[in-house]
Amino acid sequence: MLSEFIVEGGDFTRAGSASSQIKKILKNLNVSPDVVKRVVVALYEAEVNIVAHAFKGVIYADISNSGIKLVLEDEGPGIADIKMAMTKGYSTASQTVREMGFGAGMGLPNIKDNADRFEIISNVGKGTRLTIEIDFL
Amino acid sequence: MSQLTYHRALEILENVCIGCSHCMKVCPTEALRVSGGKAHIHVEWCIDCGECYRVCPTRAIRVMDDDFKQIFDYKHRVLLVPSVFFAQFSDNISRDKIYSIIGELGFTEICAVEQSVDTLILEENEYVKNSVKPAISSFCPAVIRLIQVRFPSLVDHIMRLIPPIEITAQYYKRKFAAGGIPEKDLGIFYLTPCIGKIASVKSPVGGYKSPITGVINMDFFYNKVFLAYKQHIPITNQVVVSKELSSTGVLYPVTGGESSHIEGKTLAIDGMNNVIDFLEMLENEEVEGFDFLELRACDQSCAGGILCHRNRFLTAESMREFAASMPDTHNLVPEYLTHCSAVIHMDEIEPRSMIKYDRDIDIALKKMEGAKKLRMLFPGIDCGACGAPSCEALAEDIVKDQAEINACIFLRTLFEKRGEITLEEAVKIMERIWGKDRFSKEI
Repeated sequence: MLSEFIVEGGDFTRAGSASSQIKKILKNLNVSPDVVKRVVVALYEAEVNIVAHAFKGVIYADISNSGIKLVLEDEGPGIADIKMAMTKGYSTASQTVREMGFGAGMGLPNIKDNADRFEIISNVGKGTRLTIEIDFL
Repeated sequence: MSQLTYHRALEILENVCIGCSHCMKVCPTEALRVSGGKAHIHVEWCIDCGECYRVCPTRAIRVMDDDFKQIFDYKHRVLLVPSVFFAQFSDNISRDKIYSIIGELGFTEICAVEQSVDTLILEENEYVKNSVKPAISSFCPAVIRLIQVRFPSLVDHIMRLIPPIEITAQYYKRKFAAGGIPEKDLGIFYLTPCIGKIASVKSPVGGYKSPITGVINMDFFYNKVFLAYKQHIPITNQVVVSKELSSTGVLYPVTGGESSHIEGKTLAIDGMNNVIDFLEMLENEEVEGFDFLELRACDQSCAGGILCHRNRFLTAESMREFAASMPDTHNLVPEYLTHCSAVIHMDEIEPRSMIKYDRDIDIALKKMEGAKKLRMLFPGIDCGACGAPSCEALAEDIVKDQAEINACIFLRTLFEKRGEITLEEAVKIMERIWGKDRFSKEI
């Protein structure tokens, strides 16, 4: 089943709406609570990343009987050094973003920890494409 | 199978129900539907919160309490009274007067439910130190069942300690056994302001067996006591009253009365919708750093209990005023500590997930996809004219073959406009949902 969500950069008050809706779908499918939690945590982080760093983005979710595939595409500055961005504690978030409780530098590593398969492709000045796959079993 | 044998505290009286759908609109698990002009409960989704009972204008929802007369099957009849009960009366009716009336009505011994609270709070603090954070209070039965049904990933946060009523009941059971009273002679009755407590005593969670003999509906009992008071019934019976109670105990059932005694970062939240909102956030791991959460389904906690008739704010105020006159601790605390630590723990609580579409994920996905398409056709105003609480709920019911697409009044009007269904057919559909007599009125 395919679903699509639009994410606006800078709109922190709406951040998390895609993860909430995906959570509801997975719970209604009786996906095990541990898996739901991993999906929600990973997606929420990724969603906040778009809000904090990009201008706008789209989240595509494909749910099958075996798992969920999430693709997050954003238009934004991109990530210059992916290796650095994957380091725990590293963050380029502005002071304002940090004051809102985001930007602790745990985002990408945390997404990877919760995913079964994880891919990140970025074009500096253009945007980032994140693929997160989580199996149901 | 446990879901099938699950005890229920509520029942809809078909001959009293007028099919007004007020209950359907307030149910937090969308467990109610209207068909044939009557409300019906989806048993496995019901969490016994009693929100439906609160809004029912015709008292068509019956509380499955125990028959009062059964108390006389026992030689020793103990009534455990919650502190909200006394707060139902105006302040000029003395507690001693109420005690004597309760004795006259048939009880031989009276004790406050909250006598065990001081001991429980010590145990709670020990428990929270080593538990999954935040620990969620196990006090409110509707919250426990809500978590089991709607937030299964959070069940391991529920504190595995039994509530005050059960500890006090255990204390009495032990006390009478120690006094050589045969078990068959002792009846321990719980006067409850809460519908959820009825179910939790009848079928407790966490592998625990309750020593409580029966549950008495506080709304019913208040009327009985107040009538006796008004009629000045002569007092001929003696009743033993255990007055050992602390201010902490009196205030435990009001909002903040528990969390304020727990060390660390705590929060007290009351009201079903507030609790649901917070649990959603907790489930998403959006809140961090809390050690303990006091979550209560009713606004003003037990002061706003389903079976309390008095205004919840006046009830809470009355409890606070009484608490101010009570000591910080009481004389039985050491005895409770010695004897109750062993019984205070319960096993893990199991999730009770509600099957929305199907157990089989392939079938569930197909049905969900179908429901998603249907939702696009519906108006999204959640009018309830179809007999389901929301457009989303109707879409779910249709894909499960439990409702028909024509049930939607918007689509039906569209079909009528196109000439695809006749007026007679449209009327029949309305009659199927709301009952025949609704459409035969003379105006």
